[in-house]
Amino acid sequence: MQFSFHDSAINASSTSDLIPALRVKDLAFYYGSQKAIESVSMDIYQGQVTAIIGPSGCGKSTFLKALNRISELEGVVRVEGQVEFFGQDIYSRQVNLNRLRRQIGMVFQKPNPFPSSIYDNVAYGVRVFSRPNRVSLDETVESALRSAALWNEVKDNLSKSALGLSGGQQQRLCIARALAVKPKILLMDEPCSALDPIATMKIEELIDSLRHELTIAIVTHNMQQASRVSQYTAFFSTDESRIGQLVEFGATTQIFMAASQSRTRDYVQGRFG
Amino acid sequence: MTASPEPAKKSISRDMLQGVNLTGQEGNHSLVDQGFTWLVQGVSVSVVVILGWMSWVIFGQARPAIEQFGLGFLWTQNWDVNELVFGALPYIYGTLVSSAIALFIALPIGLAVAIVTSESFLPPWLRSPIAFIVELIAAIPSVIVGLWGIFVLIPFLQPIQQWLFQHFSWIPIFNSEPAGPSMLIAGIILAIMILPTIAAISRDVLIAIPKELRSASASLGATPWETTFRVLLPSAISGILGAAMLGLGRALGETMAVTMVIGNSDQISLSLLDPGNTIPALLANQFAEASDGLHIGALMYLALILFALTLIVNMIAIVMVKFLSANGQS
Ligand SMILES: Nc1ncnc2c1ncn2[C@@H]1O[C@H](COP(=O)(O)OP(=O)(O)OP(=O)(O)O)[C@@H](O)[C@H]1O
Ligand SMILES: [Mg+2]
Repeated sequence: MQFSFHDSAINASSTSDLIPALRVKDLAFYYGSQKAIESVSMDIYQGQVTAIIGPSGCGKSTFLKALNRISELEGVVRVEGQVEFFGQDIYSRQVNLNRLRRQIGMVFQKPNPFPSSIYDNVAYGVRVFSRPNRVSLDETVESALRSAALWNEVKDNLSKSALGLSGGQQQRLCIARALAVKPKILLMDEPCSALDPIATMKIEELIDSLRHELTIAIVTHNMQQASRVSQYTAFFSTDESRIGQLVEFGATTQIFMAASQSRTRDYVQGRFG
Repeated sequence: MTASPEPAKKSISRDMLQGVNLTGQEGNHSLVDQGFTWLVQGVSVSVVVILGWMSWVIFGQARPAIEQFGLGFLWTQNWDVNELVFGALPYIYGTLVSSAIALFIALPIGLAVAIVTSESFLPPWLRSPIAFIVELIAAIPSVIVGLWGIFVLIPFLQPIQQWLFQHFSWIPIFNSEPAGPSMLIAGIILAIMILPTIAAISRDVLIAIPKELRSASASLGATPWETTFRVLLPSAISGILGAAMLGLGRALGETMAVTMVIGNSDQISLSLLDPGNTIPALLANQFAEASDGLHIGALMYLALILFALTLIVNMIAIVMVKFLSANGQS
């Protein structure tokens, strides 16, 4: 199989020059009493795109949702180990969940715009935290929509319902909505899985342009996409115990061309379940 | 250049047609199917017929009163069985006011119950019991609610009514010495009776909102309450309105419990601490003794008005729901 890599991935700087925006240490995650992932340790470097790949059910979404504690909406969950956000333990008691989630934004697999206007969707996060005046809010909305490459398509219809947009536009709207609160990290869970190749390409370009402003972690089932957009890649998998584990983490070129584990090689070459 | 070879054309052979047959009678014209279709159509038509028939009978019986009093019936105040002078205003007023009080109390409480039992503000082991108990209120026969009103609620609320009168009598709605039964108590009883309707429907509407919207809101840093007020309630607004209108419809028509606690006074009073009367309560009280044609006619005229009131409420509800969902809210 042939992969094309991102320029910056080919000349990836050594990891010692990079600052970890998130540092995960020996993380285990439980839904009720059911362990979903265990002993995951890896860094998500600032200003880089980290791809998370692996077979279905290996805990990629679980891992991502543990990074901004959105998983806690899903009932009784438990975490062992540590996740540090620029050195601060996100599971510490002092952490304000709402602040945490504001700084670590999320884009979901299925586009989930609110049933309100395009403008109100993007303005939502800003309005929750402050009482912005109209002018500055307008500016924020416009720049978020521009960053998400959606501005030109919707600028004349900002007051129209977001539900009237196409799936790809809705997903870019969700990205704009997440960007409007100026997060430090953006977690994306299979953001292109419901989109056609053109919309997918737009989102990939978008990810690339955002890389300079923020850190991105993206779950994807599309190996080509992982190789195109990311600088680092984490490969998750499960064994007989059905508990997800991190098999290998490294520079994207290395994972795709010279993985040290045979399971990784098999998976990226498509020789795995 | 070599063009790709033309695929050899084959004609459809007999073998291929084996089992390929799109015509036939089975399925759509079977007797059971046909019979069931007729049955369902018959039932739905008969519902409409019964409704029309009922209105026709009521209208027919109301004729004498309609001819005698005309539309003036709606805004005159006398109700004298001996003199055969009838005016509907006190009962229309009482019906509307007691139902409005009921809605005013039951809507916020019902919504609160719906919110705490559908979202994760309470631990799960508390949520379902609360929802269940509130829904159970709907199963209490209205005579029992009325008895409870007389023996428990009135004695319990009488001091509060006194207190309202003593401290707030400068507000017109509390401007009379309470004697026990009152418009306020009737409103509260009605509120209790329509609470389960409002709570249960609003809860179902809230639960039906996709989980993804909650995650989206939380991932933008909203607290559960902010999510509730900014996303969930706006998304559920048409359903909640529907619930409120259904509750209002029930309150307008409720008879037994209201008769027992409202005091059955034919005077219109602004004060909610005064007794009053409603259309259904008056019908229940007087219909058995009514013998004169005009008296029966007046009562039937009232019934017709009640019918129209509930119809209007339901039509407003439908229009509002349509309007709100057309605005992309739902
Ligand atoms: N809300 C939940 N409650 C209980 N178990 C869950 C929940 N969500 C996921 N799981 C379990 O956790 C494991 C990992 O699921 P997860 O969704 O993280 O996998 P994934 O790698 O994202 O898969 P996919 O590629 O199909 O999205 C699975 O065994 C799943 O059954
Ligand atoms: Mg997943």
